[in-house]
Amino acid sequence: MTTTYAVLSEGLEKRFGEVRALRGLDLAVPQGTVCGILGPNGAGKTTAVRLLTTLLRPDAGSARVAGHDLVREAAAVRRAIGVTGQYASVDGDLTGRQNLRLFGRLHRVRGPAERADDLLARFGLTEAADRPAATYSGGMRRRLDLAASLIRRPDVLFLDEPTTGLDPASRGDIWDAVRELKQDGTTILLTTQYLEEADQLADDIALVDRGRVAHTGSPSQLKALIGTYVEVVVADADVLVQAAGVLDQLTGGEPSFDHARNSVGSVTRDTTLTLPRLVRELDAAGVPLLDASLKPPTLDDVFLRLTAEESTGEEVAA
Amino acid sequence: MSSTLAYDGTAMLGRQLLRVRNNPALAILTQTMPITMLLFFGYVFGSALAMPGAEYRSFLVPGLLVATAANGIMTGMFQAAQDVHRGVTDRLRTMPMSRAAVPLGQAAADLVVTTAGTVPFLLVGLAVGWRVEGSAAAAIAAVGLLLLFRFACTWVGIFLGLLSRSEEAAGQLGSATFMLPLLSNAYIPTDNLPGWLRTVAEWNPISAVTTALRDLFGNAPVPDGAAWPVAHPVAGSLAWCAVLLAVFAPLAVRRYAHGEQ
Ligand SMILES: Nc1ncnc2c1ncn2[C@@H]1O[C@H](COP(=O)(O)OP(=O)(O)O)[C@@H](O)[C@H]1O
Ligand SMILES: [Mg+2]
Repeated sequence: MTTTYAVLSEGLEKRFGEVRALRGLDLAVPQGTVCGILGPNGAGKTTAVRLLTTLLRPDAGSARVAGHDLVREAAAVRRAIGVTGQYASVDGDLTGRQNLRLFGRLHRVRGPAERADDLLARFGLTEAADRPAATYSGGMRRRLDLAASLIRRPDVLFLDEPTTGLDPASRGDIWDAVRELKQDGTTILLTTQYLEEADQLADDIALVDRGRVAHTGSPSQLKALIGTYVEVVVADADVLVQAAGVLDQLTGGEPSFDHARNSVGSVTRDTTLTLPRLVRELDAAGVPLLDASLKPPTLDDVFLRLTAEESTGEEVAA
Repeated sequence: MSSTLAYDGTAMLGRQLLRVRNNPALAILTQTMPITMLLFFGYVFGSALAMPGAEYRSFLVPGLLVATAANGIMTGMFQAAQDVHRGVTDRLRTMPMSRAAVPLGQAAADLVVTTAGTVPFLLVGLAVGWRVEGSAAAAIAAVGLLLLFRFACTWVGIFLGLLSRSEEAAGQLGSATFMLPLLSNAYIPTDNLPGWLRTVAEWNPISAVTTALRDLFGNAPVPDGAAWPVAHPVAGSLAWCAVLLAVFAPLAVRRYAHGEQ
């Protein structure tokens, strides 16, 4: 079976005057998956979303969304997508219910009133439904925004930094909603600055740096690129070198010493290395062990490393 | 396509009317402004003018109607800027709806609100001595012309609002439009203005429409020796409205559809 891509872009470019916001963005998001666009402020995430949702026209490159050409079939793209932008985009002078009914009518939803009520209930907004949206908290507004994007079940949902600025509880609500939508088969492209968020939600992550995809892969693939950090603390400074020798055999990585803490660490890409085995080997070698740990890399590590390499022009050793 | 425009336009019209219903204070305040001005100008300024007070108030009612209609620039600009800078425009742009429906719905809703607001103003006008002194048909034509002018001004405002850098900028530029009626015959006759100023004032669209209303309501005759749009006020007003609409309605729709792409 061939993969169907819900979003497929090639060499998308966009400049604003002197600023090259996108410098050839390639994305391939298989249908039914969640793609996390991860990047720091100014990386071009919002620009990418605005291009892919027909709000901006690319200067170069092309893209298909839900099987339709972004530029030539913009109307068909709009029928297939739902969009929640980085900033709230509901009418603050209307109540939550009035907003959803309006968008339902504009989307030609059958029974817009019932659909609005369903969504209000689903996002915990029933009580606030008849208050002007301007009076909502940040989390409520985000939820209303998301509900508005779902009024006519979209094939592809775009979420631009859906949880930036939200408290942990509201963030959890949005995460749950994303997981549910994925289960229903909706393809989701979300941007985020939070590595944890991409790790939690995304099947694939595209690391975006200065208008380009610096790296793509599943969260675990990206982590494997960096490897696991192994660290042991010994009782006596004299055995530090001996411990380093064992680590070297196990990990094949360059050991790094922290003499103040009597510890030595190393990075391994061997995913079969476990803590019991590490402890057994060190014990067998007669190393008086105080502490040992295996730290899987966070996406922060991945991100810092990959973007640092990108800027110094080094290749990533895979 | 046109049924899409009608359906979406009606939905957008409904949205604007809901906003007024949710927040009637703003609309009421806007509509009471011209009444306050009528009483203030009519009795304070009226007593200082050569014209007798009652005659000035009859002269003033059509002027204030048109000056208020010109506020369509400000209102249109402010609403459009609000939608742009609060993300509403972007959400609508990503939806499969008619591109022209959004500005059209806004302009149509504005017309409904304006029409409703004109009634209390005219009642106060009647109370201070203003009368329809011509035929009923001419009076109806006058109201039609007034609404057409308001509609045209709203489109100018929508276009400018879509271009605006921020809500504040739109608010400031919009407030500056209160100057426009000052340079017209809405509040004072232009006959005694120095030559160049008189020319500028008479080429102000507000002057043509005001003169047309005074003529159709039978409140004041068409002044002698005025510039063409004022000397032929009905034709002049229609021409002005046609020009404003022909220029700004397509510009606004285009700008709405394409955004900053
Ligand atoms: N409308 C615009 N005009 C000028 N520059 C812009 C505009 N939109 C974005 N940029 C610039 O493009 C770059 C990418 O911005 P953006 O896509 O918003 O990044 P992100 O969403 O990842 O923070 C930034 O340098 C930003 O300043
Ligand atoms: Mg952004």
